[in-house]
Amino acid sequence: MAVTSQTQPQTFSLLARIERITSNYVLRRIVKAMFTIWVVVTITFFVVRAMPGNAVDILIQDLTAQGFSADEALNQAASLMGIDLNQPAHEQYLDYLANVVRGDFGKSYRSRGLNVADMIAQVLPWTLFSVGLSLAITFIIGIALGALIAYARDTWFDHLISNIAATLDAVSPYLIGLLAILLLGVTWKIIPFSEMRGALSPGIQPEFSLEFFADAFSHVKVLLLVYVLASVGSWILIMKSNTIATLGEDYVTAARARGLSDFRILTAYVGRNATLPLFTRLAISIGFAVGGSLLLERLFAYRGVGFLLADSLGNRDYPVMQGVFLVITFAVVFSNLIADFLYGWLDPRIRIAGGGN
Amino acid sequence: MNALRDGIGGFARETIKTFKLLARNKMGLFGFVMTLVIVLLSFVGPIIWQPETSANVADINQGPSEKHFLGTDFQGQDNLRKVINGGKDIVITAFLTGIIATLLAVTVGAFSAFVGGRVDSALMELVNIWMTIPKFPLLAVIATVIKLNDPVTLSLLMAFLDWPGLSRQVRAQVLSLKKRDYIEAATMLDLGTRQIIFREILPNMMSFIAVSTIFTMTFAIYQQTGLVFLGIVPYSGANWGVMISAAERRGVLYTAAASWSIIAPIGAIVLFQLALISFARSLEEVFNPRLRTSV
Repeated sequence: MAVTSQTQPQTFSLLARIERITSNYVLRRIVKAMFTIWVVVTITFFVVRAMPGNAVDILIQDLTAQGFSADEALNQAASLMGIDLNQPAHEQYLDYLANVVRGDFGKSYRSRGLNVADMIAQVLPWTLFSVGLSLAITFIIGIALGALIAYARDTWFDHLISNIAATLDAVSPYLIGLLAILLLGVTWKIIPFSEMRGALSPGIQPEFSLEFFADAFSHVKVLLLVYVLASVGSWILIMKSNTIATLGEDYVTAARARGLSDFRILTAYVGRNATLPLFTRLAISIGFAVGGSLLLERLFAYRGVGFLLADSLGNRDYPVMQGVFLVITFAVVFSNLIADFLYGWLDPRIRIAGGGN
Repeated sequence: MNALRDGIGGFARETIKTFKLLARNKMGLFGFVMTLVIVLLSFVGPIIWQPETSANVADINQGPSEKHFLGTDFQGQDNLRKVINGGKDIVITAFLTGIIATLLAVTVGAFSAFVGGRVDSALMELVNIWMTIPKFPLLAVIATVIKLNDPVTLSLLMAFLDWPGLSRQVRAQVLSLKKRDYIEAATMLDLGTRQIIFREILPNMMSFIAVSTIFTMTFAIYQQTGLVFLGIVPYSGANWGVMISAAERRGVLYTAAASWSIIAPIGAIVLFQLALISFARSLEEVFNPRLRTSV
């Protein structure tokens, strides 16, 4: 009797521990992120290999058109994509998964001999730099202006900013980019766009120096401006409506009644609660910004992943295309993960609700 | 006969009422009229002002003049005429994408909300995963493999990629409407799921659905012209996207004299997107009486 009564709590605690692990918010999110990546890798495999008229078939056709024999073309395509095309489809799929896990995306078809992974590693930092910086700027401006016009509701300032925000929100980002080039480069001639191609001027080496940072910034400034203009509108509008909704809450009235200063109410009560939902939006806008980089980096000839993807799309360079697409998706999934953790850390309700499900 | 006359009369009265409400909001009226003008011009315009087939070497890259309101392009053709002839594909694709994506989203979202339980959470997990995938790059990659030469295929593909975000919102709306008293009353009266969805819930979501459709449409315009700009979709003939990319490829962005041949199509797209969005915002007022009283 004494033995069983001692072992029972132990099995209970073991079960509880397992349950705690499966209901763990962080773990569940990581598993979900892995699953997302698996879905994307599988979709890419279909586009590259399994769909009728897939990328490999087009590649083989292209190579035979260049004068390769059917066998040679097959071997060439296989070595570029890094999969054995003579295997059955499911084994090709497993090989493909293994390659992606190893970070092996094959070799470029147009720039012969170059490793796709190396090509991406070279340009990725520039996109992370420009997209990350622009998101931070947009987030700050959007929150500040949105809260401001919520306080100044129905004044001329509110109408002006709201209308500008709604207009910017409606227009496609790359059209804003084109207009920026037209205005800044052609009409006003403020910025010499032909000198700004690339992420750095020739001869400048990435190093920790003022010269390097100044050059990097001068190349990215218009791109930053366009990113910010293209996305700040929706942030302002959402922050405005969140702030207005929060201002009507009982706890704000209670804080007023307790005689707290306006500044304290804004920072500790209204600001915090109105900003919280925006963190989930941050995750969505990361994906949107990265998608937009495809057009904007191509437009400004800024050598990031978007430029590389646009380039490979135009050249039908399938190995590079699939590599960049996968890396872009990994980046978006990863930043979503971080945004979710950040949100869970800022708002304990999410963690509890997420775990209790 | 009487019923028919009453029906027509009632419809006319409703339409006039809707117009009166629309006219109260200036931005909304502008959006509605502008959308109508653009759609009409894109379909009727090409019959009246047929596209020019030959180049006019004498009038290359001119600015606006009395003869050419929006200047001429690198072939000396009138920009305004090209803009009028280049809208049809864009308009068709935008409307098709909006409608297909909304149908998909409403079906899945409403189904998910009504079934609930494990099916609901599984569907929403899938939707969440789908939403993290960057749509435009995926569309671009698929477009290099599938031939997207006609508006219908392109619309289907874009709608298929774009519906999940909307379906999550539809689900949230249905869930919140389901808790309202009048829906609970209808459930207790045992009116049947179909009756409750189509007679009680959907009419109350019309504004939301219409607005979301329009937002999907502007996104479709963006994606479609973006694909042409990247040179992936080889759209035959003239449309605004083709005009932009043709002008950009000829270095128009660096020569002031030719800039009108890129300003014209950009202006057309921006105007169309703006018109749609301001129309959407005023639709919210028409469908939602609570917003109306506060104006």
